[in-house]
Amino acid sequence: MNNITALDNQTNAKRKFDIKEVRSDFPILNEKVHNQSLIYLDNGATSQKPQTVIDAIDNYYQHFNSNVHRGAHALSDKATELFENARVKVQNFIRANSREEIIWTRGTTESINLVAQTWGRENIGAGDEIIVTTLEHHSNIVPWQILCESVGARLLPVNIKTNGELDYEHFTQLLSAKTKLVAVGHISNALGVINPVEDMIKAAHQVGAKVLIDGAQAAPHLVIDVQQLDCDFYAFSGHKMFAPTGIGVLYGKRDLLDAMPPWHGGGEMIEKVSFSGTTFNKLPYKFEAGTPNIEGSIAMAAAIDYLEQFDRDGMTEYEMDLINYATEKAQSIPEMKIIGSDCNKTSVLSFIIEGCHSQDVGMILDQQGIAVRTGHHCAMPLMDALDLKGTIRASFSFYNTKQEVDKLFEALEKAKQFLM
Amino acid sequence: MTTPEDIIDTLSFFDSWEDRYKYMIDLGKSLPPMDDALKTEERLVPGCQSLVWIEPTFENDKFSFQVDSDALIVRGLLAIVMAAYNNKSSQQIIEFDIQNYFSQLDLIKHLSPTRGNGLQAMVEKIKQLATSYS
Ligand SMILES: Cc1ncc(COP(=O)(O)O)c(C=O)c1O
Repeated sequence: MNNITALDNQTNAKRKFDIKEVRSDFPILNEKVHNQSLIYLDNGATSQKPQTVIDAIDNYYQHFNSNVHRGAHALSDKATELFENARVKVQNFIRANSREEIIWTRGTTESINLVAQTWGRENIGAGDEIIVTTLEHHSNIVPWQILCESVGARLLPVNIKTNGELDYEHFTQLLSAKTKLVAVGHISNALGVINPVEDMIKAAHQVGAKVLIDGAQAAPHLVIDVQQLDCDFYAFSGHKMFAPTGIGVLYGKRDLLDAMPPWHGGGEMIEKVSFSGTTFNKLPYKFEAGTPNIEGSIAMAAAIDYLEQFDRDGMTEYEMDLINYATEKAQSIPEMKIIGSDCNKTSVLSFIIEGCHSQDVGMILDQQGIAVRTGHHCAMPLMDALDLKGTIRASFSFYNTKQEVDKLFEALEKAKQFLM
Repeated sequence: MTTPEDIIDTLSFFDSWEDRYKYMIDLGKSLPPMDDALKTEERLVPGCQSLVWIEPTFENDKFSFQVDSDALIVRGLLAIVMAAYNNKSSQQIIEFDIQNYFSQLDLIKHLSPTRGNGLQAMVEKIKQLATSYS
């Protein structure tokens, strides 16, 4: 395996983005569902995996399977090396300052809960305030509600405007000396709206608050630079960025992580255990109790390699081309109303068809081989704020095509015929 | 009145998904709507994506049900369930093999609790009612 860092990668010649070749990297895209070619537009829920990621898992179990940091034998050394190289790969992927700032978790949800239960319990008390936004995924609401409930703090949501955009003015009004934390999604999963996190981080720091960014939807679409952002914590999941499920990352600034008490207790996270007292391991192991998801970490490194072989700005452009094309086509259906429009967003088309239930539309699309998500998208407060029961969400990735967008609209016409 | 056998016959006659779905949607459209005043929280069956309401009545040893949903295809599925359960005795309801019925209709996946359409929860509720009256 290689030790190439992102920096080395940048100096290498990039692979040309050829959509045909790219699609052939993802074996599942050849599947049929209901006897039709699969059109996978549910990338916001989880992404598909390139062959190199699948191979990385396979390769690990065929050649390197062993527990990490433990055995005094060759296989364990090799597994540990791959596992720790993967950590460095993630460090470079998000431009973190050190490998100690990269904590492996099961995913975004676990990363956020870790911060709530450790940093949160130490630093947030009665009368303090945590700011989230109405756009958040439940994963970035419920852990804070649980914390607030137990320490007597208050959770304040930032309003949104009618187009789905965050009401920035309301955010600045909510900020005060009582604000201890701002927890905000980088990109809304339900609408694809990109939040102005850089400005929010600066404003939050001015009142002395820390900032956690839920980057679950950003990692697959944007180049992330945690040092430039200057966020205090950044959480994301492997499975949404072409890596397997069950692996994710918590980034935290080193001084904060150092000062935080451990969360889960067990093996790996200790330095010395005795019944008269236990001392904890150093970063990042302090937060990694038990045998980790070794193959997940290694496959995540393979996913990063996959992404970074291309010019990522070019991929974003390609995705924006798709969403612009889809948005334009949407004008041809008078009953279609896009939710989250005229604002900075990624390749997500969240919409309703007036007169049709989203679930009905989703079922008719499914019959035509098209996978979309329907419903509240784990963002019930957002749906309430927009006075919607749910939306239909087509979320595009760089392996989708304009032909697939065309098929989506043909399928929507059919759904309309059936349901109206 | 439409019987389960009628529905099995009709659905097995179609060979395209379009015809099957059109039929289910038609069933949904012809399901008598529930009075809006009855669509209360208490009559709501826990689902997720679509809402399902049920109001049972027990008279002359038979159950009758008013059911409704905000989603059209789910209404169709409700009509299919009602063909089996409406105006039946507790004994008949308990004895009816709904799993087998739905698998014959090739609709078994809609009876899964993970579908989030409330159908499975409604079937459970009807069976419980029948058991408590038997
Ligand atoms: C914005 C956002 N936050 C958090 C999550 C939760 O991620 P996971 O389920 O991988 O922990 C998701 C996934 O749906 C998401 O889209």
